[in-house]
Amino acid sequence: MNITAIKVDNGVNVEALLSARQALTEAPEAARFTWRATCQWVSGTHSRSVVHGFFGLGTEQSHKTAFRYDADHPEIFAAEDNGATPVEYVLVALASCLTAGIAAVAQNRNIQLRSVKATLEAGMDLQGILGIDSEVRNGFDGIKVVFEIDADATDQEIRALVAQSQRRSAVFDILTNPTNVEVEVR
Amino acid sequence: MNHAARRRYPPAGAVDVVVIGAGHSGLAMSRCLAELSINHVVLERGEIANSWRRERWDSLKLLTPNWQSRLPSYAYRGADPDGYMSASDVVEFIDGYARLIDAPVRPHTTVTSVVADGGGYRVATDRGDWRCRAVVLASGAHALPAVPAAAAALPKSVATLTPKAYRNPSRLDDGGVLVVGASATGLQLADEIQRSGRRVILAVGEHIRMPRVYRGLDIQWWLDAVGILDERYDEVDDIVRARRVPSPQLVGTPERATLDLNALTERGVELVGRLVGVTDGKAQFSGSLRNHCAMADLKLGRLLDRLDRWAEEHGNDRELGAPERFAATRLDAPPRLCVDLARERIATVIFATGFRPDYSWLHVPVFDHKGRLRHDGGVVAARGLYVLGLNFMRRRKSSFIHGAEDDARELSAHLAATLRLGGGGRVPRSAVG
Repeated sequence: MNITAIKVDNGVNVEALLSARQALTEAPEAARFTWRATCQWVSGTHSRSVVHGFFGLGTEQSHKTAFRYDADHPEIFAAEDNGATPVEYVLVALASCLTAGIAAVAQNRNIQLRSVKATLEAGMDLQGILGIDSEVRNGFDGIKVVFEIDADATDQEIRALVAQSQRRSAVFDILTNPTNVEVEVR
Repeated sequence: MNHAARRRYPPAGAVDVVVIGAGHSGLAMSRCLAELSINHVVLERGEIANSWRRERWDSLKLLTPNWQSRLPSYAYRGADPDGYMSASDVVEFIDGYARLIDAPVRPHTTVTSVVADGGGYRVATDRGDWRCRAVVLASGAHALPAVPAAAAALPKSVATLTPKAYRNPSRLDDGGVLVVGASATGLQLADEIQRSGRRVILAVGEHIRMPRVYRGLDIQWWLDAVGILDERYDEVDDIVRARRVPSPQLVGTPERATLDLNALTERGVELVGRLVGVTDGKAQFSGSLRNHCAMADLKLGRLLDRLDRWAEEHGNDRELGAPERFAATRLDAPPRLCVDLARERIATVIFATGFRPDYSWLHVPVFDHKGRLRHDGGVVAARGLYVLGLNFMRRRKSSFIHGAEDDARELSAHLAATLRLGGGGRVPRSAVG
């Protein structure tokens, strides 16, 4: 071993991730995960969601604690602003997914990160959700993510990290490709 | 030579090795087996180089320059080493090889099943059965077009084509064309169809961008000289991924022009993301185009850095043109996510989305859970069974004509050792013509 080698540590256990990849290649059925959330209406546009349990590796799993998320709308929508809007949670999901991916890929590529900051913006024309113009979609008309990354790497290496994290991101995939959504009432 | 071959050999019987397919791979293997004095036959469903005769579009040229075309004991000797062969040139090249090596080819013999039999194999054909000790699968990696599931949801009014059936723009129905896939094939077809005056939309997923000429030399010269084409399957980080890489965006023209997405944009082709679905007659495309282009641009940059480093280290930096860097892939407006096929008069969808081999006749338990052949660099997971010509099978060049030689030599040596050790059962020598 080269004793002058500087140990790269982004707080990611790459060995565990790589051995999980190997194990799941051999046992593809264990790779089937189910993610869950429950949501309770509070009042007005305010709701509270909880994530706790999920299914994976062939069995029921759970987070260390139940995480709670208040969602609401800002006061200019005549709401009480008890939490982020649902569409902002989408941005949070994308940012955190890409950022986690950058850390994992950097660790795997032996790149020490010092800081990673993402700034996200998504445009939306309210004429869609308000039903004013049927040509306008309800959702975002686009999302812009800007990363500022300080790392022991060249500009090209950093750009490649960001590209690879998009390539392997679940939320990026969910947002860029269609997903069947089935909503039923019990 | 077909008649001569039929006279000299019995129509079927017993032989040490059956090679399935008389394309460049099967013939290279035949030559190597002959050098090792291993008796064999080469079974061919049609004629020599069959798919080059029947399943190629009119304007197709090889992605490799003529000087690179070679097979064991055979090389291009024509007057245009820097040119690119057409499909009929390839037929002539492979036909010439079959004659030179006097390969024991049985044309018009379709294999219907291969089963294990007494330690060896029984190869059933529409012209009788062969018993043998070893089988070499050289029927090609391009037997079946790999068409995405979304194709099934296309409206009936839209004609679908694969590169095997496409010939030229004039044979297409009137109207616009959606080309799916940004490999060499997808770009070439999009280019010639757009030039024919039709409107073309190109759906782009992961792709490999390359200039045709770099610092004055064909990119294939570089890939060869630097050793990239010789990289082995057991040396790369992720061979599963490496085998899925689409063919580089190249075209063989007399001008040695570069064909990339920017060139197509300039000519009026509309770029959209990967085709991900078709709903109510509307084609939906992924919003990931920007990242796919960024990845291809970065990968190209890394390749060119590597070529420049190599040139510097090998001292021929000054004989070459100056290092170049190419403009990033241009996406002028946000790419569209949805195209109403009827409203935009898209009459044809061409799936240039790759191919897969057809082993439906191979009744030996050598497939993984996804139906892929299990093999270690062409040594299939059953004694005496070998495969040739798959993408990055033993080396990055494995699927190219010039890639057959090294693979065939190594696998024929492995096969000879297996036969010496008594593998593949026994075949009565007297039964062999």
